[in-house]
Amino acid sequence: MARISFTQHLRAVGPTDPASYDGATLADVLAAVARDFPRLPDYLLDDQGKLRRHIAIFIDGVMAPRDQALARPLATNSEIHIFQALSGG
Amino acid sequence: MTDRLFASTRKGLFEFRKKGAGWSLANVSFLGSPVTGLMRHPADGALYAALDLGHFGVKLHESQDGGKSWSEIAAPSYSGIDAGSKDAPSLKLLWVLEAGGKDQPNRLWAGTIPGGLFKSDDRGRSWQLVKSLWDDPRRLKWSGGGYDQPGIHSVSIDPRDSRRIAVAVSTGGVWESTDGGESWALGGKGLRAAYVPPEQANDPEQQDVHRLVRCATRPDEFWIQHHNGIFKSVGGIAEWKEIFPPHEGAFGFAVAVDPKRAERAWFVPAVKDEYRYPKDGKLLVAMTDDGGKSFSYFDRGLPQDNAYDLIYRHGMVIDDEGTGLAIGSTTGGLWFSGDSGESWNSAPARLPPIYGLAYA
Repeated sequence: MARISFTQHLRAVGPTDPASYDGATLADVLAAVARDFPRLPDYLLDDQGKLRRHIAIFIDGVMAPRDQALARPLATNSEIHIFQALSGG
Repeated sequence: MTDRLFASTRKGLFEFRKKGAGWSLANVSFLGSPVTGLMRHPADGALYAALDLGHFGVKLHESQDGGKSWSEIAAPSYSGIDAGSKDAPSLKLLWVLEAGGKDQPNRLWAGTIPGGLFKSDDRGRSWQLVKSLWDDPRRLKWSGGGYDQPGIHSVSIDPRDSRRIAVAVSTGGVWESTDGGESWALGGKGLRAAYVPPEQANDPEQQDVHRLVRCATRPDEFWIQHHNGIFKSVGGIAEWKEIFPPHEGAFGFAVAVDPKRAERAWFVPAVKDEYRYPKDGKLLVAMTDDGGKSFSYFDRGLPQDNAYDLIYRHGMVIDDEGTGLAIGSTTGGLWFSGDSGESWNSAPARLPPIYGLAYA
């Protein structure tokens, strides 16, 4: 099982604490999370199912390129962190 | 309905209530989040708030209790539209929300960037892209105005016939359907664009209409605040007459139209397009009472020193009586008038930048 944690800015729509979900890829894990938190995908993915700009994914301590992160194969017990860049004033 | 006004701002939705002669802040929703627009559904008073959460996308919320509590509902989505193409669309901004006609109590219309018109017949539980307009080959001539992509910012339903829908595009002119959105006609004869090669100045699809507003009780009459001018029509959106206000600056975004008198409309002029601030730092509201033959300029109660307030296209509203007006600015100024714009009072608050106002 992968261990996934989300930025606090998503606490209204996703897990508030790190959670464990099954999946061979990040896309699989997010689909599993979405079964418990159905609003979450639209916050992470655009209308075409791509990761939104400024969403940052770390898998086992390494930032995954945004265009490859969803398909990235996961190891057993992978640690996933989902952050976002904040901007504006 | 005219004793409550919502200001959609970069940092939340601010509700003001009229008490006696003045207005006071009554409630704040979504504090800290950009709210880009608010609509009240006339069928039952439900409120709809559009949010642009930036990194997390565009969201839509509904309130059944006048704004005390909100629940997120579906936002329009381009999922599956042009999928696989390099520039497959995704919702960038929910630019305008409108209710359907009186015979359509569950209908919502949404104008968006990147240029799609959406409709919902279940109050935003599901949305359908109006494919007839999206797939119209003439749409490919639309282009971004102030944003990277074009958008629909004005949707106007004919109160006599809810199948008649007029929309305006920045940049892409004015369009009308008379069959509920099955097919579309391009209007705009007489509009003039000063920012394109001269031979294209009257091309109806090159027109950067900033706002299109219909007179509520004379539904064939419209006003346009355009990128470089003001235009008036008396027979739908097909043909337009250019209006030349005497005060320097036909540039602006917003227009309000008297719901009872189509000859009467209000504008907020600014120095033209590359600058966009009130001339000499003095904020004025312009009003014509005679269809644009003459204009009055009102400044009482508005800042006349070092005011650099710009009023966006949804930042001026008028009430059903035609006497209450409000304007909200990009620097967070908010002013109310109870005498058809002749005098103004400032809101008792310094607000974040204001995207739009709505009486509700």
